[in-house]
Amino acid sequence: MTNPAGTHPAGANPSGIGASIRRREDQRFLTGRGTYTDDINRPHQVHAFILRSPYAHARIGGFDLTAARAAPGVVAIFTGADLVADKVGSLPCGWQIHSKDGSPMIEPPHPPLVTDRVRHVGDQVALVLAETKAQARDAAELIVVDYQELPAVTGTRDALAPGAPLVHDQAASNLCFDWHLGDPAAVDAAFARAHHVTRIDLINNRLIANAMEPRAAIGEYDRATDDYTLWTTSQNPHVIRLLMGGFVLGIPEHKLRVIAPDVGGGFGSKIFHYAEEALVTWAARKIHRPVKWTADRSESFMSDAHGRDHVTHAELALDANGKFLGLRVNTIANMGAYLSTFAPSVPTYLYATLLAGQYATPAIYAEVRAVFTHTVPVDAYRGAGRPEACYVIERLVENAARELGIDRAELRRRNFIPPSAMPYATPVALEYDCGLFHRDLDEALTLIDYAGFPARKADSARRGKLRGIGFANYIEACGIAPSNIAGALGARAGLYESAEVRFHPTGSVTVFTGSHSHGQGHETTFSQLVSDRFGIPIDKIEIVHGDTSKVPFGMGTYGSRSLAVGGSAIAKAMDKIVAKGRKIAAHMLEAAETDIEFNAGRFSVAGTDRALGIADIALSAYVPHNYPLDELEPGLDEQSFYDPKNFTFPNGCQICELEIDPDTGVTKILAFVAADDFGKVINPMIVEGQVHGGIAQGIGQALMENCVYDSQSGQLLTGSYMDYCMPRADDLPSFQVAYHEEAPCTHNPLGVKGCGEAGTIGGSAAVMNAVVDALADRGITHLDMPATPERVWRALRDAMPAQAAE
Amino acid sequence: MPTVTITVNGNTVSRAVEGRTLLVHFLREQLGLTGTHVGCDTSQCGACVVLVDGRSIKSCTMLAAQADGREVTTIEGLAAADGTLHPMQAAFRQHHGLQYGFCTPGMVMSAVELARTTPHLTEQAVRDGLEGNICRCTGYHNIVKAILAGAEAMQVEPVAQAAE
Ligand code: FES
Repeated sequence: MTNPAGTHPAGANPSGIGASIRRREDQRFLTGRGTYTDDINRPHQVHAFILRSPYAHARIGGFDLTAARAAPGVVAIFTGADLVADKVGSLPCGWQIHSKDGSPMIEPPHPPLVTDRVRHVGDQVALVLAETKAQARDAAELIVVDYQELPAVTGTRDALAPGAPLVHDQAASNLCFDWHLGDPAAVDAAFARAHHVTRIDLINNRLIANAMEPRAAIGEYDRATDDYTLWTTSQNPHVIRLLMGGFVLGIPEHKLRVIAPDVGGGFGSKIFHYAEEALVTWAARKIHRPVKWTADRSESFMSDAHGRDHVTHAELALDANGKFLGLRVNTIANMGAYLSTFAPSVPTYLYATLLAGQYATPAIYAEVRAVFTHTVPVDAYRGAGRPEACYVIERLVENAARELGIDRAELRRRNFIPPSAMPYATPVALEYDCGLFHRDLDEALTLIDYAGFPARKADSARRGKLRGIGFANYIEACGIAPSNIAGALGARAGLYESAEVRFHPTGSVTVFTGSHSHGQGHETTFSQLVSDRFGIPIDKIEIVHGDTSKVPFGMGTYGSRSLAVGGSAIAKAMDKIVAKGRKIAAHMLEAAETDIEFNAGRFSVAGTDRALGIADIALSAYVPHNYPLDELEPGLDEQSFYDPKNFTFPNGCQICELEIDPDTGVTKILAFVAADDFGKVINPMIVEGQVHGGIAQGIGQALMENCVYDSQSGQLLTGSYMDYCMPRADDLPSFQVAYHEEAPCTHNPLGVKGCGEAGTIGGSAAVMNAVVDALADRGITHLDMPATPERVWRALRDAMPAQAAE
Repeated sequence: MPTVTITVNGNTVSRAVEGRTLLVHFLREQLGLTGTHVGCDTSQCGACVVLVDGRSIKSCTMLAAQADGREVTTIEGLAAADGTLHPMQAAFRQHHGLQYGFCTPGMVMSAVELARTTPHLTEQAVRDGLEGNICRCTGYHNIVKAILAGAEAMQVEPVAQAAE
């Protein structure tokens, strides 16, 4: 059943689970009263400007800072040597991968300011502090750096070519690791008996996350107490405190407070610990004044971690009935110049583990080589590995269907993992708990009116247009992850989430969550969980997040984990509140604890009309006059750290229908539908909004977004919105989004799976399958993203018979 | 340094500014009106849109000195004095036209002018009219819905004084 926003049955509680209540955070955002990091100013602050490398690769012979130091307003200028003198550490990498041969990945140092070599355009060269930002910028222009330019390599495939310039001298090549997953012998056997093999070579283009709020950071040091505070644009303030305090600056956690206030979007790019955070915090102590830095958008382009950037060859073996026998994937993944915080996990455990997709392919083998290049570090961007996996599988399936003359929906159906096979262990290390893939497909087919497509295509043809339809049946692993499994796979952190639920004496509730909201609407959705459980109105509930001095140690928001892991932690903490409340109620109602029932905020004695509201229980807990003090402590304030038992597996089917004008190469998306399974849905309106935004980013990658470096000079050619094409309102259609709740997650207390990345994971594959479908009649079987008008037009021209092209 | 006198959200203020000060920096840094955002440095994102004499303008494309003697309305000045949201603000809330809210002030200000200057808005007209505003969250789907609804509401409800 389809659940359009606002009509979901909300049950008795108008603000409970399933209600599309309007967002609580909107009031401040709509009236200009959000507090983003750049909106914060500290008394006596100075402004930082970071001088960045104009070269992709150069040796630094020395600096002349004389003129810059004398410039108006300059307070201090620091270079890498100052950091070395203070024993400032390298920016750490949070995930270690081992190569096939058991050797650990190459892990070069990543200094917050370079000392003698720059390794990408935008690398941090010097820190200038001045009274105003303009003065800092003016002074930076007076710094003379003796650069000796060196040859650079930026292309993913080029990095391993013999003679390629080395990014780091400590290794013999630019190979960071050579990793694999799966059973090569089983895959070889599958291919040996294949009736048909479909092969594809594809590029997953490099993207830039482009959260609209540029990154910013303010460091402050209190001489009186020796305390540091960092305000930063982060998706996970505790992770920043751990990495920066523990590895870079050596500040113990009780002396370091990290605050991530309102954050204007992340999409992954604000997970990572960045140099600027360490620089402003370190410098604040050096000069005993707060230090504020805000990126210009041009800086964001050359310093925010980029995403994707894979080069892949893949092969799918099928039997005579179109059953998938085996999948072989070989990928080169670009890491950029240094290893960003979670970079090594993205093309490995977040990518190859998803290569089964929704299909019962019995044998899969993936090899992934990660390479260094003279480019900005690459790390997780919305979907992180899973869109890349979906793209490989779904492009292969689509081409296989065409090659074998089997309907694309039918080929998928023949290969789906059936519900009866759940839980299903894939050949690439995951265990799917549930999923109704046929159901998702059927719903999407209905939404798009698949049966009517041939007629619509014929109509387009009459108008001289090429119409195409493309599917993406995606599955993703979210709610990352059981800590012990993640640890065994190389994670250097746990992946639980924390929550504290504090019932106040007069019946209101504050929830402290380790999750972080930067657009996902946690203040609303999490309040609904509490309202639903405790039967109290939403305006008596406060959600606090983003401040390490208030919230228990939390892992933050990424990988669509907030509700599945963070929400589950809240649910567990509420369980403890109810358990304690039951004891208090038993005492007050003079009944046995086992006779106390709890429902929607009321404790009652089974079979009687004697009952107490949870607010009465809370008051008694804080004013414990009539209270079982012998067995219970006063207070009603409980914490939980929830460690997930498995990933969650959101899944669905997206279908894109589009039309290409062969004269101009312009692609117009006519319809985009998504039929999703996110498990239980708390706020349908918010979920649908997440899907819309995700799809837009998928379409963006497929049709317009592309981060391009000049292969000769190593310059970033797409360094502004003039050159990096962001999807705008007139590039996109309205979307049709549906979901069902028939397969709730089996292992978390809320039955939820996560929805933040789904749209992006399937989006680009669905669009490109539709583009190729539209061009297939002209003999085109593949096109790399983005399918810009120029690329499409050239592909059509190149496909023309020589004579016709003249 | 030259002094500029600008009426911002109904209050007339005079400040000495450096010649190179952009209107957006004047609003944010001198007046503390941080609702107007800076999302780019090439005048393409639209996060900084305000109304100058009733017309929507990217405040990063205008020097504070150029706004001398003019009337500026920022997102902070859009709601009624008693806090009642402008119909366009209310529509964004009702239709979930925002997620992390960074593009929102510029979107709302652009939408107010779009609705005022375009009779009988259509979905396509809204999409075309948003050419100067980037949103990375919503895929524009709900923004378009919100603007259509907000425009309709502006026809029937008296529009807040400040937006006139
Ligand atoms: S700040 Fe981007 S258009 Fe003005």
